[in-house]
Amino acid sequence: MKKFNLSIYILLAFLIPSLSFGQIEGEVLKPYTGKFLLKGGTLVTVTKGNLPDTDLLVQDGKILEIGADIDAYDAEVIDCTGKFVYPGMIDSGTRLGLVEVGSLAETQDYAEIGNVTPNMQALTAINPNSVAIPVTRVSGVTTVLSVPSGGLFPGTAALINLNGYTPDQMYAGFKGIPLNFPSSARRGRWDRRSDEEVAKDAKEALKNINDLWDKAIQYAKLDAEGAELDYYPEMEQLAKATTGEFTLLVEVNKAEDIVNTIKWLKDKNITNAALTGVAEGYRVADKIAAANLPVITGPVLAIPSRDSDRYDAAYSNAGKLHQAGVLVAIRTSDAENVRNLPFNAGFAAAYGLGKEEALKAVTINPAKIFGLEDQLGSLETGKSATLFITDGDPFETKTQINHVFIDGYRIPMTSRHIRLYQEFLERSPGLVE
Amino acid sequence: MNIYRYLAAALLGMAANVSIAQTPKGNVLIKNATVLTVTQGTLENTDVLVQDGTIKKIGTNLSAGKDMESIDASGMFLMPGIIDAHSHLALDVVNEATAPITAEVKMSDVINPFDVGIYRALAGGTTVAHGLHGSANAIGGESIVMKFRYGTSDPADIVMKEAPRTIKFALGENPTRVHGRGKNIQPRTRMGVEAVIRNGFNEALQYQKSWKEYNENKGKKNSTLTPPQFNLRLETLSDILNGELIIHCHSYRADEIYMLINVCKDFGVDKLVFTHVNEGFKVAPELAEYTMGASVFSDWWAYKFEVYYSTAYNAAILMANNVVTSINSDSDELIRHLYHEAGKTQRYGGLTDDQALSLITINPAKQLGIDEFVGSIEEGKQADLVLFNTHPLSVYAVPQMTFVDGVKYFDIKNDDDDQRLKVSPSELVEPVYLHAEHERCMHGVELFMEEGQLFNHAF
Repeated sequence: MKKFNLSIYILLAFLIPSLSFGQIEGEVLKPYTGKFLLKGGTLVTVTKGNLPDTDLLVQDGKILEIGADIDAYDAEVIDCTGKFVYPGMIDSGTRLGLVEVGSLAETQDYAEIGNVTPNMQALTAINPNSVAIPVTRVSGVTTVLSVPSGGLFPGTAALINLNGYTPDQMYAGFKGIPLNFPSSARRGRWDRRSDEEVAKDAKEALKNINDLWDKAIQYAKLDAEGAELDYYPEMEQLAKATTGEFTLLVEVNKAEDIVNTIKWLKDKNITNAALTGVAEGYRVADKIAAANLPVITGPVLAIPSRDSDRYDAAYSNAGKLHQAGVLVAIRTSDAENVRNLPFNAGFAAAYGLGKEEALKAVTINPAKIFGLEDQLGSLETGKSATLFITDGDPFETKTQINHVFIDGYRIPMTSRHIRLYQEFLERSPGLVE
Repeated sequence: MNIYRYLAAALLGMAANVSIAQTPKGNVLIKNATVLTVTQGTLENTDVLVQDGTIKKIGTNLSAGKDMESIDASGMFLMPGIIDAHSHLALDVVNEATAPITAEVKMSDVINPFDVGIYRALAGGTTVAHGLHGSANAIGGESIVMKFRYGTSDPADIVMKEAPRTIKFALGENPTRVHGRGKNIQPRTRMGVEAVIRNGFNEALQYQKSWKEYNENKGKKNSTLTPPQFNLRLETLSDILNGELIIHCHSYRADEIYMLINVCKDFGVDKLVFTHVNEGFKVAPELAEYTMGASVFSDWWAYKFEVYYSTAYNAAILMANNVVTSINSDSDELIRHLYHEAGKTQRYGGLTDDQALSLITINPAKQLGIDEFVGSIEEGKQADLVLFNTHPLSVYAVPQMTFVDGVKYFDIKNDDDDQRLKVSPSELVEPVYLHAEHERCMHGVELFMEEGQLFNHAF
């Protein structure tokens, strides 16, 4: 037992100095808020360049001050000498919190029954105590869009901070309505429909959407005129997409479907919209740019959609979209491995997007798409103190994440993955022959 | 373009037949690279001379032979070809899910040399992959080690002939779901999985005994023994007991890993590798003592219940406990960036560069019994090499060229985008797939599954 304890101390002292919180037996580590002075780090502000040897003061959940030699007063000082401070990374398309164990139906809360269920709220089904949340946030991913799936209008997505004990505490200020645009592509190699069936299904789905949209416009109009309407929660929610109150998040991937989507959005005069997925965006990047539609794309680490495609089609997609002038955000589309967001950004960077733009694609760009650029996505005075501290480039696998703050809360740098490491690195008893 | 390539492949295939299936071997001189040998440290500004598919010399100021390509690799990093100990790429089918033991089937019968995924794996630096049977059965079929000699139409050219035989075992949720819940036969539980394997081994012992008896007596006068019935399934199981095959066992939970270690000890089987092995970290001392190692994912977890209590620090814990550890893909997607998957062990457990690189080179080579041929840059080894623009463990690393037996199969600067070897004449429009499938361990077991349960996570 003694040996076991000693090994834990050695571990904490040498192997993972990033764990500024020791996991002491029986002690529970909780996030806590207060006044924090991050002293002497290089601030990677994203919007205002890199500020070497600069202090950052956190108070009341906000970045109160940025500058040289800020007086600590009563703040808890965190020495950031030789470290880097980044705004929290935002994953703009995930299932995090909506599923606990992928294959178990009992834990799948992302797809409701029905083709048209825009009133299904991701925010009410998000499990604030999902084991994947601490696993994710210690990587510097602090904020994610949790998106329902399935059907034409699967529900309402919500942006959440990865800290809080109730969904309302986690809510980060953006909701959007996903629309799965009728696809002329196959859903996978197991999709054995004939070409004609695929086309027919897509045509029918589009007609369905058009009818629904007309109804929703009608609903919004009658509602605005003060008409007494029957209880129709699906339409009530969809109406808010027609008026632009909620952003329409149009999931579309195949090139010709993207073109059709652009045309559809124009026909319907929808301006508050973003394209998501956009796997073949690079084929029609100019058209997306001309339509002034922002794009949430990913995963970057994906197989090309066609066998004839160049091997790096998915890696280079974000870069090509950016070069065409499209505002690009990157998503993982993952649940338990949203922590791979920085690596998706790293691959996009290496294959044409560049490091600076890749960083924007997981910080300020999604903040802009979600209309939260005054609160998130960069290190600026007055913005939310949602940030993390590293010993290097956060996209590099070698880099360690030392501290994470979410809305001014200092996050314990532990998770079940780290606790298992601490317990089993040197198991006791070891081998008994 | 593709027609020409197809014709070229056909001609190549014919030529190969004429020359008694000799696979191509190349000559090349790679100059001034930072050579990551994996087994003998890092050599700066070093040349590697390849002759007839073999690493002839490692040194400085080497000169190219006549008509030999010379590549200036200044500023670039050369590492051994990446080896994937768990893949289902380039296999037409994966699961013979009809019985809890199907040791008689062979993945060498279902190699698809036309799979464009082979080229994509090469573009990610992977040169050797272990093509495994699926995980539907407690004892599956024989797997096959492939060298990615893309461009051939002959499946035999893809096979790594030097590799010993291997076979797939599987424990836990998959065999119990397919057979117990799907067909109401053993195994339904982890108890049943143990019983199925023990029964299989015992049956093989009986089979050996009856052949031995027959062979000892067949020449004797007055012998009335008839020969036992030939049974390929039992032949293979018998070969396992004789140490002729390496078991690669799909496994997740610590208890089931420990169980198979004990079963193998009882039957004197010591050629045992565990794959996936998400809870391997809990029995790391036992894995180190009794097995040829563990082949793990870098970070996959929570896709099914038996991987809920996983940790991305698995590889780091196993390495610290001296388990021969590799990182595999089990995915047509991940096989394209195993160097990145290995890099993740530096975030999750702080492995050194050499340790991290060993996870995808010499260690999987050891687990496949091919470490005398591949897995490091050493004189005399086969010239499977990858050239990167920067250190391969960097997230910004981009493979530039990939060689198998000294032949260049990938060149980022010169290759065409479309690398298909054949195009289906019945396909008027090329299909577009939105969610490229890379979940193949349970491929082909649709018939046995409850609807809607198959495509989520089938590892």
